[in-house]
Amino acid sequence: MTSVESAHGAYLDHGASTPILPEVFEAMLVHLRDHYANPSGVHHAGRGERRAIDDARDILGDVLGCSAGEIVFTSGGTEADNLAIFGVAQGLAPGAVIVSAIEHHGVLRPAEALGARIAPVNGQAVIDLRQLELMLDSSVGLVSMMAVNNEVGTVQPIGEVVSLVRSHAPDALVHCDAVQALQWYDLATLLREVDLLTISAHKIGGPKGVGALVVRDRARSRIHPLLLGGSQERDLRAGTENVAGIVGLAVAAQLTKDRQLLNTERIRAIRDRFVDQVLRSVPSARETVARELRHVGNAHLTFPGTVNEEFLMLLDQHGVAASAGSSCASGALEPSHVLLAMGLTPDEARSCIRFTLGASSTSHEIDHAITGVIAAHRQLMGDVVE
Amino acid sequence: MKVLVAMSGGVDSSVAAALLVEQGHEVVGATMKLWGGEGDSGCCSVADVTDARRVADHLGIDHHVFNFTETFDEKVVGPYIEAHRRGETPNPCIECNRHLKFDAFLDRAKRLGFDFVATGHYAQIVRDDAGVLQLARGLDHRKDQSYVLSMLTGEQLANILLPIGMMEKSETRAMARERGLLTAEKPDSQDVCFIASRTQGKGRAQFLGERIELHSAQVVERKSGFRHGEVPAVELITIGQRRGISTNSSVRPRYVLDVDVPRRVVTVGDKEDLLVSEHRLTQRTWVHHELPLGSVVSVQASAHSPARQATLTADGVELTSPSRKIAPGQIMTIYVNDFVVGSGVIC
Repeated sequence: MTSVESAHGAYLDHGASTPILPEVFEAMLVHLRDHYANPSGVHHAGRGERRAIDDARDILGDVLGCSAGEIVFTSGGTEADNLAIFGVAQGLAPGAVIVSAIEHHGVLRPAEALGARIAPVNGQAVIDLRQLELMLDSSVGLVSMMAVNNEVGTVQPIGEVVSLVRSHAPDALVHCDAVQALQWYDLATLLREVDLLTISAHKIGGPKGVGALVVRDRARSRIHPLLLGGSQERDLRAGTENVAGIVGLAVAAQLTKDRQLLNTERIRAIRDRFVDQVLRSVPSARETVARELRHVGNAHLTFPGTVNEEFLMLLDQHGVAASAGSSCASGALEPSHVLLAMGLTPDEARSCIRFTLGASSTSHEIDHAITGVIAAHRQLMGDVVE
Repeated sequence: MKVLVAMSGGVDSSVAAALLVEQGHEVVGATMKLWGGEGDSGCCSVADVTDARRVADHLGIDHHVFNFTETFDEKVVGPYIEAHRRGETPNPCIECNRHLKFDAFLDRAKRLGFDFVATGHYAQIVRDDAGVLQLARGLDHRKDQSYVLSMLTGEQLANILLPIGMMEKSETRAMARERGLLTAEKPDSQDVCFIASRTQGKGRAQFLGERIELHSAQVVERKSGFRHGEVPAVELITIGQRRGISTNSSVRPRYVLDVDVPRRVVTVGDKEDLLVSEHRLTQRTWVHHELPLGSVVSVQASAHSPARQATLTADGVELTSPSRKIAPGQIMTIYVNDFVVGSGVIC
């Protein structure tokens, strides 16, 4: 077990954040403790930090399948999403932007602020390609669709999306939020097709506060910076670089890719065991969407008659960290927009829990989680008087 | 005992939580989010939730936020608006206690395995000579909040703790200061949380005006039928009101005697015309059991107005001496000595 979070229980919230990999921490440490020069400095120390960023950019380009110069480091996935949407939308008509209804708020909120059109999904949280086709025409300038949904884990047909966009909206750029995909998929194929792609470090064993937007060369002239005040990141993102974070992102991405096949098969096995055992013990429970549509790290379950705020509190008491929906500023849970977009009622949406596994998840944690889920459910349904 | 404390982010519930921790209970704090969108800045605001969380951190207890916005909208805000549409004067704070704090919140606490729910109200739950749990006035009569809890039943009392009910407000603040609680000097909260929150001080008229159609009405003298003028929104007029009813200032002050929304008429008269000898009550509740007709009680129609002696009737209460009319929609608390025995809504 690698983290404090899972040391005394089960940490099944990797979709929210993952434990930092030891190698990542080591690689970052020198840039936090020993080096402090500004990478833009015209001196030996500055050049050293510049080199660290350049090396990181090379590594990340290799991992992702793009050239180093196409990577724009940001403060995380949300900033990268904002840069993609606002940065491209400048000068576009409001209706020229289309995003799916199940995007992360990092895409959805900027899109709503622009008056973008929202493409629907089907009852399994997969983009409705036929509806999308009807929305596309030559006036469309930007389409943003995520690779893997962050809540229910559905893998989206981005290849088909791109084909539709190219044939019906030839001038449109395609942005893909791949924050949740990087842990489980090789993005090289995806990157050949899309124009802009978002990743984040802390979902793959890297640090918080760093991510990147890949801006393919063909899109470079169409995007404008949001932060002005320096020529960093080829004039697309002003501000002194987060050197340690950038190094951490590159190392995490490299390790994630190296271990992807093994991790995927191992996690699939324990995820399936978790879901199967919970479903056997709680007959009323069901998978919110079909398992084959989801990535291996996601177990999204519906427990009819329960309220997720209560379920999560009891799970927490049993040492199981899970999640549901997203939190508003006060910390209260909001019914998930993804589940509502799938057609669930607010009450149905409130009866769902998201369990997300990551590279560090262990079989032992799963045992603990199964026990915790069953106990919490029993208590909520009044089966046990304590 | 496992206790779930409703922490609003104010000083009273902060001290309530602190005392329970010191008494050795297993305490968890929870703040109800009742109103407002993601960036809400009024009641149940992010700042209040943060205060509650920081106090909980200071006390070393867990803190959770419960999203009850839909229940609040359905049970409190909606009925509040409808009552005004009918020309009544509702008390949303009491409805919040009735449907949120001591219903949805209490239910949740039980499901989560808590023995008690605690709040920072100035009222006391005590055992009477027969060993029965009773709801009594707070020891600090100036702060007494038994009125806003008068809808509680004995069954609920068994699961409620009011740790500061025997304290004076100044004591509460002193205890908060002694314990270094950041809410020690925080001002008391406002009357109607969702209105302050929504309109930033512009008040009820704007809040209601955005939700229902407001109608102007004639202001008519009771005896003579003389037309004093008009009010812009009959839905906002309350019985007993004196200000803002556009009467000629040269005559004696006029008081609202009746509000007739369908006919768009506000009837005014002298203060003495407001005196009534009985109050009709609906939605009556009893802490333990219904008292027999003719029982002598004292009644109170606001948190700090003086209690009046009365006897119970089939329709409500008959007053021992005449008292001012009370607007429909207001809550009347029924006491015997300093114990709450029941409540009703003026109709």
